[in-house]
Amino acid sequence: MRAPAPAYAADLNGETIETARIALGAALIGAVDQVGEVALYVEREAIVTALTALRDTPGLEYQQLMEIAGVDYPERPERFEVVYCLLSLTRNHRLHVHVATDDVKPVPSVTGIWPVAGWLEREVYDMYGVLFTGNADLRRILTDYGFRGHPQRKDFPLSGFVEMRYSEEQKRVVYQPVSLAQDFRNFDFQSPWEGAQYVLPGDEKGMVPEAKGAPTPLKADEIVKADAPAKSQPAAATNEPKTTETTAQTGAGEPDPGNQRQDKPKDSDVVPTKGGGQNQ
Amino acid sequence: MSDYVDELMHVTDAADPTTGDVTISNYTINFGPQHPAAHGVLRLVMELDGEIIERIDPHVGLLHRGTEKLIEYKTYAQAIPYFDRLDYCSPMCMEHTFVLAIEKLLDIEVPIRAQYLRVFFAELTRISNHMLNLGSHVMDVGAMTPNLWLFEIREDCYNFFERASGARMHHNFMRPGGVHQDVPLKLLTDIADWLDTRLPRLFEDAISLVADNRIFKQRNVDIATVSREDAIAWGFSGPMIRAAGIPWDLRKSQPYDVYDRMEFDIPVGTRGDCYDRFMVRVEEVRQSARIMKQCLRDMPEGPIASTDRKVVPPKRAEMKQSMEALIHHFKLYTEGYHVPAGEVYVATESPKGEFGVFLVSDGSNKPYRCKIRPTAFSHLQAMDFMSRGHMLADTTAILGAMDIVFGECDR
Repeated sequence: MRAPAPAYAADLNGETIETARIALGAALIGAVDQVGEVALYVEREAIVTALTALRDTPGLEYQQLMEIAGVDYPERPERFEVVYCLLSLTRNHRLHVHVATDDVKPVPSVTGIWPVAGWLEREVYDMYGVLFTGNADLRRILTDYGFRGHPQRKDFPLSGFVEMRYSEEQKRVVYQPVSLAQDFRNFDFQSPWEGAQYVLPGDEKGMVPEAKGAPTPLKADEIVKADAPAKSQPAAATNEPKTTETTAQTGAGEPDPGNQRQDKPKDSDVVPTKGGGQNQ
Repeated sequence: MSDYVDELMHVTDAADPTTGDVTISNYTINFGPQHPAAHGVLRLVMELDGEIIERIDPHVGLLHRGTEKLIEYKTYAQAIPYFDRLDYCSPMCMEHTFVLAIEKLLDIEVPIRAQYLRVFFAELTRISNHMLNLGSHVMDVGAMTPNLWLFEIREDCYNFFERASGARMHHNFMRPGGVHQDVPLKLLTDIADWLDTRLPRLFEDAISLVADNRIFKQRNVDIATVSREDAIAWGFSGPMIRAAGIPWDLRKSQPYDVYDRMEFDIPVGTRGDCYDRFMVRVEEVRQSARIMKQCLRDMPEGPIASTDRKVVPPKRAEMKQSMEALIHHFKLYTEGYHVPAGEVYVATESPKGEFGVFLVSDGSNKPYRCKIRPTAFSHLQAMDFMSRGHMLADTTAILGAMDIVFGECDR
C-alpha cells in the first residue's frame, strides 16, 4: 500500500479471516481481503448471531458499529447489499460485513447489539427500501415527510419525481411534478475505445449495408415550386443583352485609387529593401 | 378567576382523590427547526413533564440534498466540491477523507510535501471548527463575549484558507495524489507568526473567561454524562468518545498522511459530561497548534502532487510544450481517471469525530456508490438518552457540546 490512507493493523487481516471462519461457522458465505480491507459475506438470517460473535469472540472484539451502508446492484437476483462497517478499538482493526437482500426479504435488525443501528437502519430503509425486522422505529429519516420512493436506488431518477415551491395563490407550499427547464443531461466522456457499451447516433450506419434509396414519387418536370410563376404566362422578354463591361454592371464599386496597375511592383516577389523587411 | 379555580379544584386524580389534586399530563413541544440554538435545521420533538425532559425525538433530514446520489453522477474530481459542502465548518477535513479513499483504491503515492500541507490545513480546519463550536456552545449557555473573540480567530483562519486555495469556505484544495496548488512561503510565515502571537492571546483570553467560570460550570458539569460503555455502544467518536474517557484518536491509532511523524497528546475527559467535551476541544486546539508548528518546522520543499499523469493533470506550462501533457489534461478534465474496482471504508479524525467514506468503485470514472458516514448521526441519536431527566434549558448545552452541523448530518 503506497497510498497514505489510515493505517490500522492490516497485518491482522489473514488472522481475522481465520478466526471469523471458526466463530461464524456456516453463516459465513465468503471472506475476502481486498485493497487491504477484510470483507465478510454473511447469510442474511444469521446476521444477528454473526455480528454478536464478531463483537464478543476474543480475538475479534469489534466493539463499535460505525456505519451501515446500502448498495444497489439491480442486475443481481437479490439486488441490495447491506454493509456493516465494524471497528475494533482494542485490536485497532476494521472490517465490513456484507448481507444480500431485496425489497421484500427483511434483514434482522441489529439494534439489540448496538443501539446506534436504529438510525443507520432507518437510513438504509429510507434510501433503498430494505426492511429490517425488529427495528421498533423504522420510519423514514432523511427524506421529506410523506416522501414516496427510495431515492438511492439506481432506477430512481436523479431529478426525482416531485418538486416543491411556495404557491403565492394558495399561500402554502405545494408539490408538483418535476418540470425541467432543460432536458436532463448525463455526459459520458468515457473513451469509446475502452469499453463504452452504447450506440452513438450514426453508429448504425457502419453496421448494416446501405439500403437502396427510396424512389421519389414525383418526376422532376412535374414538381412545381411554390414561388414559381404560373406556367401560362410567358417569360419576360430579354431584350437587353447581359454585359459586364463596367464596374457599375458588376456591382464591384469604385476602383481603389491606391491599387492601380502602375502602383504595383513589377516583380511580384517582395523586393529586399535597405531597412530589412520581414523576409530578411 | 374564581370559576377557573373552582373548576380546577374538582379535577382530581381518579385513583387517589385528594382535595386540590390537579392532573398534569406530559406535553410535547417542538424545538426548531428554526431555532438559533439548534445549530442549523434540527427539529426536536420533546416530551416534557413540567420542565423535565421525558423523551426527545430528533427529526433530521431538513437539509438533505442528495449528495450521495449526486456523487454517483459525477466523476471523482467533480465530486470533491460536494465534500466541502457537507460539514461546512470543517471543509478541508471532509475533502481529506474522500481524497484518501480514492488514493487507497488507486494505490497512488503522494509526495511528502503534499502530505504535510494536507495535515497542516486539516489542523487549521480543526482550529477553525472548534472556534465555532466552542464559541456557540458558550453563547448557548449565556455568555456573549468569548464567542466574539473566538470568531476573530475563525476569521483569521478563513483569510489563511483564502490565501491558500482562493476560497474562504469551500476550498476544493485537496486532490487525489496531492493538493491543488502550492502555498506561498509568506503565507506559511504569516501562519507561523499567528500561531505564536494572535492565536494563543485571543484563545487563552476567551477560554479564561469561561473555563473556571461558576455559571458556565453550573450549566455544564454533570450534564448528560455518558459512560464508556454507552459511548462505545452508541458509536461515539472524536471528542465525544474522548470525553467519556477513552483515548481513541484516529490520528494516533490509525495515522494517515504524516500524522505518524507528529508528536501530540490526546486529551481525555474524566466524567463524560458536557464540560469535559468542551475542555477536550479546548485542549485539542492547543494540540492542533502544536502539530501545525511541527509541520512548519519539518515540511520539505518538493512537488505538491503526484507525477502520475493518469491521475494528476500536468502543469499549464508543460502543456504549452508537450502534446502528451495536453492530451492528459484534456482526458482528465473530460473523462477523468478510472478508479480500479473495489470497496473501501476510509475514516479520518474530522474535528467532530470519525468521518468516513464507504466508496464502491466499479472500475469506471464515476463512483458506483459513495456512502458518507457523518459524525453527527450517532451523536444526535444519543440525544434522547443523554437528555432524559434533564431540564429543558440543558438541551442547548447538550446540543452545543455535541458539535453538530447539519450539512454533514443530512448530506
